[in-house]
Amino acid sequence: MNRAPADRAVGPPARRTPVLPLALGLAVALLLSLVCGVALGSSGLGLPRVLRLLGAGLTGGRLDAGEAAAYAIVWEIRLPRTVLAAVVGAGLAACGVAVQALVRNALADPFVLGVSSGAAVGANAVLLFGAFASLGVWAVSASAFGSALAAMTLVYLAARTAYGLTPLRLVLTGTALSYGFSATTTLMVFAADRGEAARDAMMWLLGSLGGATWGKVPIAAATVLAGLAYLACAAGRLDALAMGDETSASLGVDPDRLRRELFVVTAAVTGTVVAVSGAIGFVGLLVPHLSRMLVGAGHRRVLVIAPLAGALLLVWVDIASRTLLAPAELPVGVFTAVLGVPVFLVMMRRRGQAFGGAR
Amino acid sequence: MTDLTDATRAAAPTVAEDLAVDAVSVELAGTRLVHEVSLAAAAGQVVGLIGPNGSGKSTLLRCVYRVLEPAGGAVRLAGDDLHALTAREGARRVAALTQEHSAEFDFTVAEVVAMGRLPHRRGFGAPADGDERRCAEALRKVRAGHLAERGFLSLSGGEKQRVLFARALVQEPRLLVLDEPTNHLDIAHQLEVLALAREAGPTVLTALHDLNLAAGHCDLLYVLRAGRIVASGPPHEVLRPALLAEVFGVRATPVRHPETGALQLLFDRLP
Repeated sequence: MNRAPADRAVGPPARRTPVLPLALGLAVALLLSLVCGVALGSSGLGLPRVLRLLGAGLTGGRLDAGEAAAYAIVWEIRLPRTVLAAVVGAGLAACGVAVQALVRNALADPFVLGVSSGAAVGANAVLLFGAFASLGVWAVSASAFGSALAAMTLVYLAARTAYGLTPLRLVLTGTALSYGFSATTTLMVFAADRGEAARDAMMWLLGSLGGATWGKVPIAAATVLAGLAYLACAAGRLDALAMGDETSASLGVDPDRLRRELFVVTAAVTGTVVAVSGAIGFVGLLVPHLSRMLVGAGHRRVLVIAPLAGALLLVWVDIASRTLLAPAELPVGVFTAVLGVPVFLVMMRRRGQAFGGAR
Repeated sequence: MTDLTDATRAAAPTVAEDLAVDAVSVELAGTRLVHEVSLAAAAGQVVGLIGPNGSGKSTLLRCVYRVLEPAGGAVRLAGDDLHALTAREGARRVAALTQEHSAEFDFTVAEVVAMGRLPHRRGFGAPADGDERRCAEALRKVRAGHLAERGFLSLSGGEKQRVLFARALVQEPRLLVLDEPTNHLDIAHQLEVLALAREAGPTVLTALHDLNLAAGHCDLLYVLRAGRIVASGPPHEVLRPALLAEVFGVRATPVRHPETGALQLLFDRLP
């Protein structure tokens, strides 16, 4: 991935990993990781027992009465949590890909641009002040979607100049607004102190899957899948958009229209994902970048690999967050940041001039 | 189709028009940059647009390849108003070689060329049969077949231009719009790109800075100054010292190429 100066013809053919074997490998790894996610936890159940309990649940087999507690841990706590981790990871990675094409910058993702923390404000407003509370997770998700869309529009408008979006303005605006949104969330949580304010605030700002229930899975899964389906159909148009507005228009892709669609889709996915897991950072930055290193920039390939890799990453990050210091639980964002920050810095250094330049 | 009131267009050809820019005005942020410009090109002709910096060449071209909407007038291709077409329909008829280079995402050359098939794809946008063959053919045509698997960002300026040209070719356009296609190219590549444009087949509308290239490669020239056409016709009629002094502010001396007899211009500063 060395970026040669534009005027020198150097370098071997770009190396690409074949997509299909890689996707299959990731899918198998993801399935195994889901089992690991269920098997590993603070109360050690052991893999054979977990597999038996999973099998019993799937096939409707009989279990001893003494297994009821273990069965509940596996089916009501660990499995929804692990599945949700995979869904959230896939959604964040897909949003990262979409946002990077949208703003034509590989340093962007919903978290960096403040969209995730914007969504957290909306989710919190519902949770704390009880607006539409009867609608439960749907209201939280809808509100998170609304505020994510508002945050994204705000960042976009604030960063835009007559000469287009410069990466520097965009990332600075996003970072500034993200602080504002995080502060708002923290204030809201402490103002409506329900006893666990500090922990709640941490959960929203750094992300956690600790509150996972089956009830939260359907809306998150449905939105993420719908978002992925849309993006897969738009892959060719995303390629054109990534090349620039002029190119995009000359290839028959109206850049403004595509951007509007992407605004809504990424806000919807980010919103629902944040509503169930808080603002988890860096997955949307890290995973698309790694995917591109493996299979190249073409969105048809990236959009196959990135969601699988994102799901895989978040399942393991979640496992780490709840087992490393068990029984204490660390916010997911701690681990994604540990992985993401170095990658961010390396990427920024590599494209020093392009970052602040008036390209 | 258009009534030729403008005296400077009396020299315009009487052959059947393929591209007809009809009294087009373009505004950007409330400022009118192009004023009722009319020009015409017959099918397969290479038509050059010349003029000093800021004369509105790029703005007019951007209107022709549909990034900008005209504030007045219409751009017609084979009789159809280009701005009344959908983005996709338009892109099947008009391809553009712009000055835009995104350096963010490292697509392979093959991927960049394949984007030219986007406007021809149906349904979910999966590549159609034959797309790959078309792309490989276009790359061979611009002598860049060996670059297919390279990263686009690792190419030299000339190679990039050839690849983007191949992308424009696989769009199978009726009109090819080139905005300063020779910018940043060495002399060999400059000559090559313009030769390719003529060989490619479609009608070509190109903005050019180099007046000798314009003289050597265009069937017809239009001179733009401050957003208005001030002269038009075959190169040897347009590129007269008096006009060049007036429009470009230079003293031009026409000479003949000793072997080919082609028109060449020598430039000096005005006394």
